[in-house]
Amino acid sequence: MFILREIVMVAMGSIRANALRSGLTTLGIVIGTAAVITMVALGEGAQRRVQEQIENMGTNILTVRPGQGMFRGVASGSRRLEEDDALALRDQIGGVYQIAPEIESRLQVTYSRSNSSNSVVGTWPSFFDLHSHELAYGRHFDEGEVQGRRRVAVLGSNVPDDLETPGGLLVGRTIQIRGIPFEVIGVLKEKGGAMWMQPDDQIFIPLSTAMYRVMGGRDRLRSIYVAAPSPDELDPAWAEIDRVIRREHRILPTEEADFSIQQSSDILETFNETTQTFTLLLAGIAGVSLLVGGIGIMNIMLVSVTERTREIGVRKALGATRKTILFQFLIEALVLCVLGGILGVAGGFGSAELITNLFGTQTAVAPEAVAVALGFSAAIGLFFGIWPARRASVLDPIDALRYE
Amino acid sequence: MRNGKSGRDMHGSGTGVNGVVIHTEGLRKYYILGAETVRAVRGVDMEVARGEFVAIMGPSGSGKSTFMNLIGCLDTPTAGDYWLNGRKVSELSDDQLARVRNRDIGFVFQTFNLLPRASSLHNVELPLIYAGLPSKERRRRAEEKLELVGLGDRMDHKPPELSGGQRQRVAIARALVNDPALLLADEPTGNLDSVTSREIVDILIELNRIGQTIILVTHEADIAAAASRQIHLSDGLVERDFMNEGMKN
Repeated sequence: MFILREIVMVAMGSIRANALRSGLTTLGIVIGTAAVITMVALGEGAQRRVQEQIENMGTNILTVRPGQGMFRGVASGSRRLEEDDALALRDQIGGVYQIAPEIESRLQVTYSRSNSSNSVVGTWPSFFDLHSHELAYGRHFDEGEVQGRRRVAVLGSNVPDDLETPGGLLVGRTIQIRGIPFEVIGVLKEKGGAMWMQPDDQIFIPLSTAMYRVMGGRDRLRSIYVAAPSPDELDPAWAEIDRVIRREHRILPTEEADFSIQQSSDILETFNETTQTFTLLLAGIAGVSLLVGGIGIMNIMLVSVTERTREIGVRKALGATRKTILFQFLIEALVLCVLGGILGVAGGFGSAELITNLFGTQTAVAPEAVAVALGFSAAIGLFFGIWPARRASVLDPIDALRYE
Repeated sequence: MRNGKSGRDMHGSGTGVNGVVIHTEGLRKYYILGAETVRAVRGVDMEVARGEFVAIMGPSGSGKSTFMNLIGCLDTPTAGDYWLNGRKVSELSDDQLARVRNRDIGFVFQTFNLLPRASSLHNVELPLIYAGLPSKERRRRAEEKLELVGLGDRMDHKPPELSGGQRQRVAIARALVNDPALLLADEPTGNLDSVTSREIVDILIELNRIGQTIILVTHEADIAAAASRQIHLSDGLVERDFMNEGMKN
């Protein structure tokens, strides 16, 4: 008990006495730990971003997309998804679920002297509610305006910037989409992007207007969104959609469908897996540098044992047992590594913060990562400290006392 | 005859049967160096009683150092038996020997062998740390021994701040701190000038006077003359063993 305190004090004293050497040796562990923490923070940050995006996209939304029809194992070209499919869905399951079709094209948009290229989306009024798009100014378009193929537009929150005019002033003004005049009736609040979707940069117009007036009779939908009342009801929703579209496309339940129904989180989870793999890979590489740091510790501990051979002899002559000597050197290695680990964690926090500030990449230091990094550096101290410590402990006191 | 001094009984440390501190029978130590066997100690029978002050002398190569290591429990004999303080120590393990050294033997070395970064007090406390004593008790006993060797005012000094004689006195305090049955001094004056050597010898004489058993290894005749008994080793055997007549002190 009393010996333990002496052991720790001797270890600390030895580290202090060789401050520069101890510092340089520990640097290997510091850098290794900091690298691991930074890499894991980057990965964790990416994952959290994805998580936020899933929530932003709505966890209760299914997306129907045209898929490739297969005939005897050969792709037979992409099948269409049409407004009729959306109407069928609305007629048959619209009571429970919200339906919004979407047609999209990147078009030139002008206002006054400003000129920009934006993604223009034709859809139904239900789209706004389904995706929780709230208004900053003006109003959404309504069913009547869809029926009447009216030239009205609702702008995403970034579009007024593209057109170099404040959002509030644009409401009631006329902008040109592909040279066709549209009245701006509303500007949305900022929503934030999710993966490839950047609704803040988009312009929303009635589906019918888009199909017949702007996109020249195109009737291929990009997708149909279906929102279930809650995320728990996605499975029955999936079954209903499958049933309705199969009937529309005259596909038997046993045949392969020519459309796909995706949950927004499916796509993101795939992305998540990729991120995780990358994080693991990067953390692994960083871990190797931690290992190299451990070898540095072992090297310096061997030097320390040789230098202090005489001291070891004296201690043994005065009654130190093998175990005492073993612990003394083991604890010295352990203290070096844990000290390095703590500094490394601090450094990791710092560099993660720096990355966020410099590149705007989201980072997050997970408490588990800190625990693992500290545990790992302690384990390295034990692993690489044990051999030098054993060498010290088995020294013959006579030889050690005679050592010059 | 050898137990002539056993009448002195002032020191508190324990002793073996009949006041015998050291008893060896046919003690041998052989080293194998390549193809050659070096017979460093070739069978020594010896007995040292409690309270004796023995000087072991001999030229280099006489087996003096090896014998000293065996007596100090730093080494184990190839053959023969050794009882220290009534306990047979010739067959103990490394860690058991460490405990024997810690409790029963106090070492004083030619080169002092103090820890350079530790204060005098801490150096003296060291054996007590390995004995597992609490810090208050350690401090009390270490201070007491430093006072005894006249270094009460140098407790916080580190060895580099002390003179050679002062360093050796710290070493003596360290050797005494566990109240050992045996004080083993290996050429304690070898690195000191003649005046300081005399000081150290006087301290040893004084310690012996209050009952401390001392074995002093030296090659200087005038230092050996301070002891009450001299044992001359030659070629790994006891050559002469006699009491000093008319001790000089």
